[in-house]
Amino acid sequence: MENRVVITGLGVIAPNGHGPDEFARALQEAKSGIRFIQKLAEAKFGCQVAGVPQNVDELKGKYFCAGDLLAMNDSMIYAAIAGIDCWSDAGLATVSDQSDVDWDTGAIIGTGIGGMDTIGEKLIPKVDQGRVKRLGSTMVEQVMCSSVSAKLGGILGLGGQVTTNSSACTTGTEAIVNAFFHIQSGRAKRMLAGGSEGSSHYIWSGFDGMKVLNTKSNDIPEKASRPMSQSASGFVPGSGAGLLMLEDLESAKKRGARIYAEILGGHVNCGGHRGGGSMTAPNPQGVVRCIREAMYTAKIKSNEVDAINGHLTATFADPLEVKNWIRALEITPEQMPPINSTKSLIGHGLGAAGGMESVATVLQLYHGFVHGSANCEDLHPELEMINSSVVQQTRSFFGDIIMKSSFGFGDVNGCLIFKKWRK
Amino acid sequence: MNEHEIFKKVAGVISPYVKNETVLDTMALDSKILEDLGVNSARLIDIVLAFEDVFNIEVDDEAADSIWTIGDAVKLIQSKV
Repeated sequence: MENRVVITGLGVIAPNGHGPDEFARALQEAKSGIRFIQKLAEAKFGCQVAGVPQNVDELKGKYFCAGDLLAMNDSMIYAAIAGIDCWSDAGLATVSDQSDVDWDTGAIIGTGIGGMDTIGEKLIPKVDQGRVKRLGSTMVEQVMCSSVSAKLGGILGLGGQVTTNSSACTTGTEAIVNAFFHIQSGRAKRMLAGGSEGSSHYIWSGFDGMKVLNTKSNDIPEKASRPMSQSASGFVPGSGAGLLMLEDLESAKKRGARIYAEILGGHVNCGGHRGGGSMTAPNPQGVVRCIREAMYTAKIKSNEVDAINGHLTATFADPLEVKNWIRALEITPEQMPPINSTKSLIGHGLGAAGGMESVATVLQLYHGFVHGSANCEDLHPELEMINSSVVQQTRSFFGDIIMKSSFGFGDVNGCLIFKKWRK
Repeated sequence: MNEHEIFKKVAGVISPYVKNETVLDTMALDSKILEDLGVNSARLIDIVLAFEDVFNIEVDDEAADSIWTIGDAVKLIQSKV
């Protein structure tokens, strides 16, 4: 027997808001979290704007003791803040160092690049200077890929599987898909799932080098992230964390938890770097199969899809993504459901993108709105065919099902299907 | 630098690593760093590195391994400053 999987908690620290309430307001107001970053200018980046969560220095002192902070980099701090918030939002009992282990809860928290800030700022300089002895004890726990899940697992006393996945920009969505199957198959009652990514010029440098970031809007940061627009010329790097508390429906009902939404299904796959796919481009057939397989697991048909929260980064791939949606759903362009891009407000959070955008998707279902996708007033000519479906201004939403997709380097794809919870 | 001054600085270095905050006010020379203060054993390395920075000394691995109490640290540092 398969368990039904619901969402009972949300945690998010995004460039335009911290916590589900502030983040929901920011989405409703289409508030941009993109800002000029002095460090990027000093390092002579072409793109000098980014999405970085605000007031973190003040926040982290409230969440962690000094000893913990000596061994935590950005991605760990973001994951832990979002995780602690998510736990609390789910109505679970406050934990301390002395609490019992919760054997029923695990975590799958992904990261795309991981502790690159620690590697760049601390590890490489000391090693290159022959000062390995001066690295101290905290390097490994910050640069190991699983740092984002491991630290949170200790803070919350999680006793289920605690692990980190990494699949480039699909990471956060993949984590949630994996956690969904984990609960559906009865391997845990609850799973924290999503992604986290730090804010560092070291993390973003490779993307600037390959010229996939927008270099044309450094003087107008809030206009820089332009998914679906004709003037889109690359994505804007983002950072933060977004986590969902997935829970077995019976467990949620038993403890009287608030239910935000249900996850009906999801799928992840790879295009195999064939048919146009490569390390940096998607095989359209893989994308189409991923979307269709997600619908198959959710037991829904395409005419039941009420809205789409796309991957939509503001590169040349946006029109291709929309064409793949139309093909996967077997619809005409006129039948395209409302579609928006959360990246237009927070940038591309890389490994955190699927997590933060899934939180955004759940909040839209829960509060009944679809947020305006900013900066696409000059819609890309190839998207004129879905003009009326592109959500340019925030509006009320009365639908039941929103699909969320992520596509990443490595030709990997992820798709989730969220349904509004009705008592 | 006298023993009291060194003790104060040593206590300041160790404080961020102390899990059991209730003992911060009662830290003494005979306080065991791991057992009494609840410091994670891996962090002893960072504490010794901090001693090197704060007191401008070098502590070899053998000497570092001899530090069990605050008093051990104070005595070692006093012999080097």
